Amino acid sequence: MKTIYLDNNATTRIAPEVLDQMRPYLDELYGNPSSMHSFGGQVAKKIAQAREQVADLLGASSPAEIIFTSCGTESDNAAIFGAVRSYPEKRHIITSRVEHPAVLNTCRYLPKEGYRVTFLSVDHSGQLDLEELRAALTPDTAIVSIMYANNETGVIFPIDEIAAIVKEKGAIFHTDAVQAVGKIPLNLKESQIDMLSLSGHKLHAPKGVGALYLRQGTKFTPFLLGGHQEGGRRAGTENVASIIGLGAACELAARHIPEEQTGVRALRDKLEHSILAKVPNTRVNGDPIHRLPNTTNIGFEFVEGEAILLMLSDRGIAASSGSACTSGSLEPSHVLRAMEVPFTHAHGSIRFSLSRYTTEEEIDTVISELLPIIDRLRAISPFGPKSKTLAQNQKP
Amino acid sequence: MWDYSAKVMDHFRHPRNVGEIDNPDAVGEIGNIVCGDALKLTLKIDRSTEKILDAKFQTFGCGSAIASSSALTEMIKGKTLDEASKITNKDIADYLDGLPEEKMHCSVMGMEALEAAINNYRGITTSSRQRPEGEKIICRCFGVTDRKIAQVIEMNNLTAVDQVTNYTKAGGGCGQCRPQIEAILAEILKKEREKKQSLLRKKMTNLERIRLIQETLEKEIRPYLQADGGDLELVDIDGHTVYIRLIGTCQSCPSMDFTIETFISQKLRQVLHEDIEAKKVEE
Repeated sequence: MKTIYLDNNATTRIAPEVLDQMRPYLDELYGNPSSMHSFGGQVAKKIAQAREQVADLLGASSPAEIIFTSCGTESDNAAIFGAVRSYPEKRHIITSRVEHPAVLNTCRYLPKEGYRVTFLSVDHSGQLDLEELRAALTPDTAIVSIMYANNETGVIFPIDEIAAIVKEKGAIFHTDAVQAVGKIPLNLKESQIDMLSLSGHKLHAPKGVGALYLRQGTKFTPFLLGGHQEGGRRAGTENVASIIGLGAACELAARHIPEEQTGVRALRDKLEHSILAKVPNTRVNGDPIHRLPNTTNIGFEFVEGEAILLMLSDRGIAASSGSACTSGSLEPSHVLRAMEVPFTHAHGSIRFSLSRYTTEEEIDTVISELLPIIDRLRAISPFGPKSKTLAQNQKP
Repeated sequence: MWDYSAKVMDHFRHPRNVGEIDNPDAVGEIGNIVCGDALKLTLKIDRSTEKILDAKFQTFGCGSAIASSSALTEMIKGKTLDEASKITNKDIADYLDGLPEEKMHCSVMGMEALEAAINNYRGITTSSRQRPEGEKIICRCFGVTDRKIAQVIEMNNLTAVDQVTNYTKAGGGCGQCRPQIEAILAEILKKEREKKQSLLRKKMTNLERIRLIQETLEKEIRPYLQADGGDLELVDIDGHTVYIRLIGTCQSCPSMDFTIETFISQKLRQVLHEDIEAKKVEE
């Protein structure tokens, strides 16, 4: 059975062009880029090229602003710990309630080291109240870390505006842009973002590589100590092949961003509109306008997300859910709870996240497979409404 | 992804006895939509024999919740109420060739729905407003009572708070009740330990008793003496008296009598639960 992969916010396939670029560096070109011989030196040149490719996608002023890391989580940790250690006199941090665990749990840890943390709330559409941010900022605020786009709902925050507000008060501004990079155009030259995290495997590069953008002139304290790599800002021998893969993936992504905005968005919209039109008692979770073009989070009332995922999986369809049962925790996703999505929709929420490899045929298959699944589970559910989906009604 | 058994997947994909019995003789409802799972069980019961003639379920929940409900209906059909009431959550999990530990609460939900249905048939109300005297809610997030927590701990031999959460959901929300769960757990474990020890005492043969004394001397006493350059040998056991010979620095130790009478005797009493006394053998 062919897999229809609609879980691209979890991870993506490595683009074939990316894999081609990486292969020699996993094989015969195994030199250490720090070595003083040309065998290693040729590898250093490729890493320099990858740094430029990443800088270009982000619209950074200089490739020197890019630090390669092992993943998005490391980038987030390096940013937050780097900022608080660089400003030891400041003891306050601001973040949001809907961050990825990489930021959320780092911020939850810091009170143990004496920091005060403000968690900004979101409204029903998942948007921040910028007045709440303004009110929370104090001269004691070391860093504000707010994600660019939410992994579960795709909701995009007005990051340039937020950066301007934060910079006015003299704090460091970091954004976890793991879900945004490669999906929407960025131009860091024109923004006031100090630090930005990205992850390779979310944009068709391999797992185990990420990057931290660090604006020139920003005070920073390294998270990993050791060798002189990455300009002394991140020690450790480079993950050469993956860094080259990340560079190649960024160059590809830059070329495909217009397609994300048109082709991918059109397929996402088709999927979403069809489901909402054909399945009663459903809703879209999150701001429908300021949203990633590839993501839709749909709540199916009266049924539970894991059961939907298992049935989709039986039909070769991969998606994810914010339901409690999928995570092993007993409560639905912190993002949906922060948005006060009614429990009945939160437990039955499914996230579909597309990529440029998603085809219209796949979307049509998902639409036709999904409706009977929801009907079936609602027939089992004690809360099931009497009204069935269109698919059920049309049966002779 | 959960590692569900083939049987769980079979009951999830092809659930047995889905639906609602018209004019049921018993209804058991448990859980709600806020908690993330709910089960409604309806039964047809032969009034003269109290045999369950038919059982149907409706479940809102994950794959293992649906499978547990389906399994439950299969297990109880044809049984009398007395027979059915002996079914535990563990039986439901076993019927499905096991559930992941984090999903054990699904099997508990099945057992609870059955309890509720039987109580409903017998005219006993178990709504949360009319809880039996002395029973109180411990976990406010999921509405779990102390009775339920204790029952599940005992039935499944649980030993850790996280397990209690996996089996009952209690403590899985805000987590504020975890110290209370810990206390209930400690109380039950203490009782079980005492029960085991009294059983041990009754059943021990003379040979087992000697072995236990030897083992205690070996593991609990000699290492302490050896650490101070001393040691001991077991010479004889006569009734409640254990005769011991001291070696090395112990022989000339001024606190020797204290060592024997308090330390060694106490240790042996803890393990054997009898008025045992250690005596040194004079050379």
